[in-house]
Parts: sequence; C-alpha cells; structure tokens
Amino acid sequence: MGLELYLDLLSQPCRAVYIFAKKNGIPFQLRTVELLKGQHYTDSFAQVNSLRKVPALKDGDFTLAESVAILLYLSRKYKTPDHWYPQDLRARARVDEYLSWQHTALRSCCTRALWQKMMFPVVLGQPVPQETLSSTLADLDSCLQLLEDRFLRDQDFITGSQISVADLMAIEELMHPVGAGCQVFENRPKLAKWRQRVEAVVGEDLFREAHAVILKVKDTPPLDPAVKENLLHSVRSLLQ
Amino acid sequence: MGLELYLDLLSQPCRAIYIFAKKNGIPFQLRTVELLKGQHLSDAFAQVNPLKKVPALKDGDFTLSESVAILLYLFHKYKVPDYWYPQDLQARARVDEYLAWQHTALRRNCLRALWHKVMLPVVMGEQISSELLAATLAELDVTLQVLEDKFLQDKAFLVGPQISLADLVAITELMHPVGAGCQVFEGRPKLAAWYRRVEAAVGEDLFREAHEVILKVKDTPPADPTVKQKLMPGVLAMIR
Repeated sequence: MGLELYLDLLSQPCRAVYIFAKKNGIPFQLRTVELLKGQHYTDSFAQVNSLRKVPALKDGDFTLAESVAILLYLSRKYKTPDHWYPQDLRARARVDEYLSWQHTALRSCCTRALWQKMMFPVVLGQPVPQETLSSTLADLDSCLQLLEDRFLRDQDFITGSQISVADLMAIEELMHPVGAGCQVFENRPKLAKWRQRVEAVVGEDLFREAHAVILKVKDTPPLDPAVKENLLHSVRSLLQ
Repeated sequence: MGLELYLDLLSQPCRAIYIFAKKNGIPFQLRTVELLKGQHLSDAFAQVNPLKKVPALKDGDFTLSESVAILLYLFHKYKVPDYWYPQDLQARARVDEYLAWQHTALRRNCLRALWHKVMLPVVMGEQISSELLAATLAELDVTLQVLEDKFLQDKAFLVGPQISLADLVAITELMHPVGAGCQVFEGRPKLAAWYRRVEAAVGEDLFREAHEVILKVKDTPPADPTVKQKLMPGVLAMIR
C-alpha cells in the first residue's frame, strides 16, 4: 500500500495538503473522512491518527498528523521544487514564521467565521447570537489586515517572489469564510490580486476541484439527527 | 551588531530559545523585554516585531518572530548537533508534528493554567471562579495524557532516543503550571522520568537559570493599575 492521505475537503488544512500533492504529481490514495458524519471518531481512523483529526497521512507503517508536518514531509520525500519550502535560510524562516503564526491566528478566526455564519445556523439549524458573529468577523478582519501588512506586504507571495506552502495554507484559510459567504477579497485589492496569483500557479482546474466542497457547503443535506447531535456537541467550542 | 534575541524568561517559548542558544554556544546579545511592564508594547520593540510579542530575533537587518521559526533558523544557521532536528525524514516529521500540535494544545493549556491560577488573581487582581480554574486544570490534564500516550509513549524522549526541539518546547511549557504550583508530574511517573532526562541533557545549571523567573512567579507583586490596563486586552486575547 503506497501513500494514503486521509482528508475531508471541508477542512482548510486538508485542502492545502490535497492541492500540494496533486500539483506536485505525488501519487496517493485519497481516503475521505467525512467530518460532518463523525467519521474521524471511528476506531479504524484512530489507528491512523489517535488525535482524531484530519489531515492525516499513512505511508507504509508510518502515520503522521498535523498539516504542517505533512506538507514538509511530502516536500522532502518527493523532492518538490525548492520554492515550496526554500532552502535559503531567510526565505525558509519566513515560511516557518507564517506556518507557526497561523495556528492561533488565521486558522481560529476562519474556522469560527465558517461555523458561526454558515454551519451552525444554516446546516445545523442552531442560531448564533449576533454579537458572537460580529465579534468573530471583526477578529477575521484584524487577521486579514495582519496577513496583508505583516506577511504579504508588497510581495507577490508570502515569502517573496514565488509561491510556497505558506501561500497554500493561507489561501485555504481564506476560502473558508468565502464558503460562508463572507466577502473576504472585497475592499482588499492586495489580497484579491494575491489570490489570483496563487490560483494561477495552482491551476484553475485543480483550484476549482479542491474547493468544490467548501463552495457548496450551504447546500449540505440535512444530517441524521443522531449524527447532528454528536456533531453539535463536538463543535460547541466554536460558538465562542 | 550580531545576533540579538528579544526574550522574557517569563514566557515559555522564550525559555526554549534561551536554552537552545546557550546549550549550543550560539553567541547572542540578550535583549530583555519585560512583559509585565508592557515593554513589548513599545514603539521601539515594534520595529523588531510588529506583532508585539516575544520571542523575537534580530540578525543584522533580518527580524523574525515565532519561536518555532526562530529555533529552526538557529538550528540551520549555526550547524548545531543533528539530534535537535534530525535529518532522518520520519524523525524530523515527528518533531514537526509535535511543534505544530503544541500551539493549540499544550501551549494553550499551560498558559491558561498559569494565568487562571496565579497571574490573573495575584498579579492582575482579577477573580477567577473555582469552576473556571477546575475546568482549565482538567483540560491541562487531558493534554498531559496526550503528551504521554501519543508523543512520549515508551521512548526516552518525545521523538526517539535523543533530545530534540520537541522536548525543549514541551518542557518549557510544563514549567508554566509548575511555576503556578500545579503538581504536573505527580501521578505521572513516565513524564517525571522524561523531565529528569531532559533536565540532564540540557544541564542542571542552564535549566535552573532559564527557569528562575517562572519558578518565582507567585512572588510577582500586584501590577500597577495603569500597567494592568495596558496589558489586559493582550492577556485576554492570549488566553482565550
């Protein structure tokens, strides 16, 4: 059994891993783990990732969690072009800096934006207080400003003139609130142009394919009541 | 001007960097940034890190934030022993996996434990309900179990037979609740044994030096009201 990637394209880091593997022609078996159906809680998936999260990787008997670790593992094992994770000390440091910052910054507000604006009210039929949503969207706005001012600045991509795994991770975060109907790129021409550049490098077809799920998330069919109950319980922290 | 490291040993990631640099004989100027005096909020420090956080690095005209990025930069630039971030593909992936996971897991819970148990009530004069503190300590407990079961298992160190960046980052996190008076290693002989191994590998003197501040944190005098007002928004954002 070759490389297996356990993904749900509903998840931002899963999309980044999917795009990276596909773009670089890395051969893998896609193992879809449907989060909304609680498939990440099965005993069999726990064998792959005891943290019960996606993305996860299985390469022979080696299993690996955490999207950042997975991206770096793939870039090294499959010797992808240097720009994805540059050898240059300073350029690499900029990628590491972004990949580290995003865990508690952009990831958090983009996840909450999707869940509070779309998943809870529209898909799960659970209303979210207006103040909570407003506060989350304000946080998102601050994060987007930081992304522009601190990381992108006047460069074409986050590390400079070429795309890296930092840009993949970042764009995937932004597609989350886009899927929720947030006009993330409106009034942000710098980010809008960066998005176009990233999409052009990734390729329109692959970009579209990776985003099919998130862009249709409001059409998610009603969930089985028991499944919905479990899901509501497991994501209640996202209501903050 | 050579390498400058902007640190406050009150902060867990700063301790990891301090230990790493000292242990490996990396020459640097220590620039202390006293968080409890709000020095990270100064305009001068914003020139080094516009995100206004420690740790931060300045190497000539190159500035860098995020402890993981800084540790990796120092590792690559100063050619320190391989075991800190092994060349082996899978071992290195394990370090990456830990460094990614810890942001929203151990880091978060150790911070909350310190702030809910000591910093908020004793230094900031902010009451913390016993339920909130109990909930925080329970979450810490869960995370410690994951640290043992998923990461340490039956190995000498988190990633294998030798110390790595993962152990350094983890141990400095655990010293936060230890400084707060939590009996982190009680009833956890496996973690206690690992702690002793890490301390021995770092060297007792350096370990003690790096932890002098956190181990006396309960003696921090109450903050001046103007300082408290300046610090609280950042604190609340940090521990949410």
